[in-house]
Amino acid sequence: MRENQQEQEDFPGADRRSDIGNNAPRSSPTVVENANPPASVNGIPHLTRRSFLMWVGSSGAATALPASALAAPMATAVPVTMDPGLVNVRLTVNDVVRDAQVDVRTSLLDYLRENLQLTGTKKGCDHGQCGACTVHVNGRRVNSCLSLVAMHEGDSVTTIEGLGTPDRLHPLQAAFVAHDGLQCGYCTAGQIMSAAALLTEPCGRADADVKEAMSGNICRCGAYSNIVAAIRQVRDAG
Amino acid sequence: MHTFQMLRAQSPDEAVRLASSSMDTAPQPVRFLAGGTTLIDLMKLDVEQPQQVIDINHLPLNQIEQTVDGGLKIGALVRNSDLANHPLIVQRYPMLSMALLSGASAQLRNMATTGGNLLQRTRCVYFRDTATACNKRQPGSGCAAQEGFHRNLAILGTSAQCIASNPSDMNVALVALEAIIHVQGANGARIIPINEFHLLPGSTPQRETVLAPGELVTHVTLRPPLANAGSTYLKLRDRASYEFALASAAVQVSIDGNRISRARVALGGVGAKPWRSLEAEAVLQDAAPTVDVFARAAAAAVRDARPLRDNVFKVDLIQRCLVQALRTAATQDAAKRSA
Repeated sequence: MRENQQEQEDFPGADRRSDIGNNAPRSSPTVVENANPPASVNGIPHLTRRSFLMWVGSSGAATALPASALAAPMATAVPVTMDPGLVNVRLTVNDVVRDAQVDVRTSLLDYLRENLQLTGTKKGCDHGQCGACTVHVNGRRVNSCLSLVAMHEGDSVTTIEGLGTPDRLHPLQAAFVAHDGLQCGYCTAGQIMSAAALLTEPCGRADADVKEAMSGNICRCGAYSNIVAAIRQVRDAG
Repeated sequence: MHTFQMLRAQSPDEAVRLASSSMDTAPQPVRFLAGGTTLIDLMKLDVEQPQQVIDINHLPLNQIEQTVDGGLKIGALVRNSDLANHPLIVQRYPMLSMALLSGASAQLRNMATTGGNLLQRTRCVYFRDTATACNKRQPGSGCAAQEGFHRNLAILGTSAQCIASNPSDMNVALVALEAIIHVQGANGARIIPINEFHLLPGSTPQRETVLAPGELVTHVTLRPPLANAGSTYLKLRDRASYEFALASAAVQVSIDGNRISRARVALGGVGAKPWRSLEAEAVLQDAAPTVDVFARAAAAAVRDARPLRDNVFKVDLIQRCLVQALRTAATQDAAKRSA
């Protein structure tokens, strides 16, 4: 962490009164895990949208620890940092313990996407209205956009990347493929995370009950009937 | 979003102490942060710009316990989903469970807390838009809703300065259950009946509750449920799910023979605060449980309504909503008594 704090101190000019997304230091990047500078092709930096964003979008610093390193969930740190703009937080994401010092305004969603490059979780409305950002915190589904990462000291977060892998899909992921539970796919990660949580919640057996329980996930393509069919298949199999 | 300092409290005492010392230095009021579903949303919109935020998520206020008098004590940090699905709530206060489950989405209910829901802010579009006039957000700036978009706003308890509606479903049920709010501040603890907790806008719409700056809601208590009472929560809205109420009714009715021995009526979506209708209750008290009586009670409930151009439909809608809710509750009560 000492190294990371040093990196933060190198950029005292980060404008903390602007939006979080504009907070990245412009002059030289803070290198975090999985955020190497863009590769070069024939001496010319090869920039994709994602690699570019990975390169410049990492305003916070993070380190990875094995899950066994997680000690007591809460430290009595008041105030959380001496710098009012920054906050320290330790949480587990997809079974990996993360120590982060981030801008206090960083949403859980932005932390996952911009600091950890877990871009499966999508930003839709950013106001808790669409459900695209749904992740699990301590096994329960939440809107990660309406939550600050600083609120999640000691919490365990699961994203779509932690639910299944391309080689070993979660049954819901396979069912969404089988039933065409998507068109553009932007809402899909949120739909699947919501559906996975639904499997463990009190929910009636009727399709109407599933629709009610899934009403916090909007699909602008209108794949709702296929989404319900995918969920029905997994529930019936379970 | 403007930046702020975040403090983490481990106990209600510490939270209150931090708030008290923060207010000595910060020009903006300190904010307690629980689920964040209202506060973070409004901070993103710059409607809320606290200089200091006290994270209270680790306070030990997430229990639901039975009280010695047969009621319930609900911690302020109990999440809406946990409250709605708790066996004691489902069995003894089903109206509260229904109200909670009719609000927001499953994800939001997993975040939103009992204390936070009590303090939920209006969904008036002008309150949420800093480019427009809103006396609640910026006292003295005017009210763009009077002439603007207001079909979702209040018809009861409004003022010339503000017509914002209270959007909470939970609050409506708690009003019908005559819940007691327990708060703690720098000067100690006190209790507030829920009907005295929320303020009407009058000429100070920026003041929404009787909470003093830095006072923390610690828990809510419910009296024992009425014996043989029927109850329900009926919510009418623009879509079937995941939408705020245009009109809602929480009712409790006890029937003795062919006489209503006790009725509690609260209305949502139509009031500047969660609306207890003493007028409707007065009509119901000791009357026969007939549709005609229910209609007269509903008419009494809207006697003082002041609708505007685009929410005049609510005057009829809330009456139909209340009549239907009373029919449901009265039928339940009859079924219980014959069982």
